[in-house]
Amino acid sequence: MKNSLWKVFSKGIIEENPILVLALSLCPALAVTSGVDTGLTMGLTVMFVITANNVVVSLIRHLVNPKVRVAVYVTSIATIVTLAELTLEAFAPMLYKALGIYLALVVVFAIILARAEVFASKNKLFPSFLDGLGMGVGFTLAMVAISVIREILGNGTILGFQIFGEGYNAPLIMILPAGAFVLIGYMVGAVNLHLQRKERKMKERDA
Amino acid sequence: MSSQTSVQENIYSVSTSPHIKADDTVQKIMWRVIMALIPAAAFGVFYFGLSAFINIAVSIAAAVVSEYLVQKVRKVKVTITDGSAVITGLLLAMCLPPDLPYYMTALGSAFAIVVAKHSMGGLGFNIFNPAHIGRAALMVSWPVAMTTWRTTEISVDAVSTATPLSVLKLEGYDSLVELFGGKTELYKAMLLGTRSGSIGETCTVLLVLGGVYLMYKHIISWHIPVCMIGTVAIVTWIFGPEGLFTGDPIFHMMAGGLIIGAFFMATDMVTAPITKKGQIIFAVGAGLLVSLIRLKGGYPEGVCYSILLMNCVTPLIDRYVKPRIYGTGGGK
Repeated sequence: MKNSLWKVFSKGIIEENPILVLALSLCPALAVTSGVDTGLTMGLTVMFVITANNVVVSLIRHLVNPKVRVAVYVTSIATIVTLAELTLEAFAPMLYKALGIYLALVVVFAIILARAEVFASKNKLFPSFLDGLGMGVGFTLAMVAISVIREILGNGTILGFQIFGEGYNAPLIMILPAGAFVLIGYMVGAVNLHLQRKERKMKERDA
Repeated sequence: MSSQTSVQENIYSVSTSPHIKADDTVQKIMWRVIMALIPAAAFGVFYFGLSAFINIAVSIAAAVVSEYLVQKVRKVKVTITDGSAVITGLLLAMCLPPDLPYYMTALGSAFAIVVAKHSMGGLGFNIFNPAHIGRAALMVSWPVAMTTWRTTEISVDAVSTATPLSVLKLEGYDSLVELFGGKTELYKAMLLGTRSGSIGETCTVLLVLGGVYLMYKHIISWHIPVCMIGTVAIVTWIFGPEGLFTGDPIFHMMAGGLIIGAFFMATDMVTAPITKKGQIIFAVGAGLLVSLIRLKGGYPEGVCYSILLMNCVTPLIDRYVKPRIYGTGGGK
């Protein structure tokens, strides 16, 4: 039992990573990962929203008529996103400004609705909470990884600190969406390679 | 088994097609293309000086080294002697400004080989022309360095000047003619290559000569170059600066990277359509895009992006102009 709960939590980190394997939230991965601060903030926000929403959906799963479930889920997500948005605006106005429209767009991120639909609406409270948390951690890790590489290469800084010195002539492509596409492509490839190797090893061990 | 039976086996053996093989190998074709490019590249070195030569050398070296490394990592046969990486490096350098910092050239060349060629599966599998992807990546990464031009090595100081096309875009046709001192002088400079521009794109005569050599050797056919340049000529003539049919098609045909693009980049066997009909659609599309970018776009020149955009739709073109298999379809 304990083992399977760990599985529920950890699958979102690599095996079903929302960005690199499920490819369900590429829009924020392209749009707000040009700096580590915005990437991390977006990651944590989504982690909060997805976990809270999974909890809510799991709690009300017996009350909702299946015909209107999507509308109910979206209402729940929108409420939680508004909470997160107001909190950020109050306590981190600069980040709130930098994230701009993408913060409100969290409402329609496919990954959040997908977790509500495929997991939280069919499972008990605690597994749903873990599933949301795991997916959120996987999302945040991927966002941070992408934004670290993009900020270092594209700007020569990390969290705003110079690391290559003033003479570094940064290639703008890493700051623009084109570079993010290329980078995400390679990261998806690397994760696929890793998973294939793992699968092959499992098969060899079973055989 | 005795030798006699093996000979007999050879005679009666059944093999799959193709039964008639041309003696064209990848290697032979690639080295011929390089031969065709050398005169124009040599002129670039002569006209722009040492930095042009170093840029060409750096670009080729970076392409060959990254091809070697990638093939080692991918654990496939190392094919750096087939000349395809050399062509990518040479073509990329010929489309770069002569004074581009060398590390940028090297990075662009590596990007072309690693991202545009081997990440797609290597020679024959790439969707886009690798050299143009390298140029586009450099253009996006360092826009200022990629648009800093100069005329010749011969002048005392390295004077930075705009290319004819950017003069045309920013100041209009009349000041372009004035800059060169008359229409005849302008055409002469464009034809002989005594103008600012990328290392290998300036000398129209030598580039056309190289292209004709490739046509004579049946490595490229006339369809793509003629249709692409022709389309640009017609469109730029019709939509001139002072109303319909007042444009200068002769200038536009020789300006920018159109000649090198039409003869050497658009005709890339991997990224262009297979059928003649498809090639004509491809070339006309590229020509229209070039004219559109030159006349209405934000950039002064658009050959690189036009060819890349048409590379995108090459599979689609191939699908719709598939030749009919003999004996199927047709008349009712």
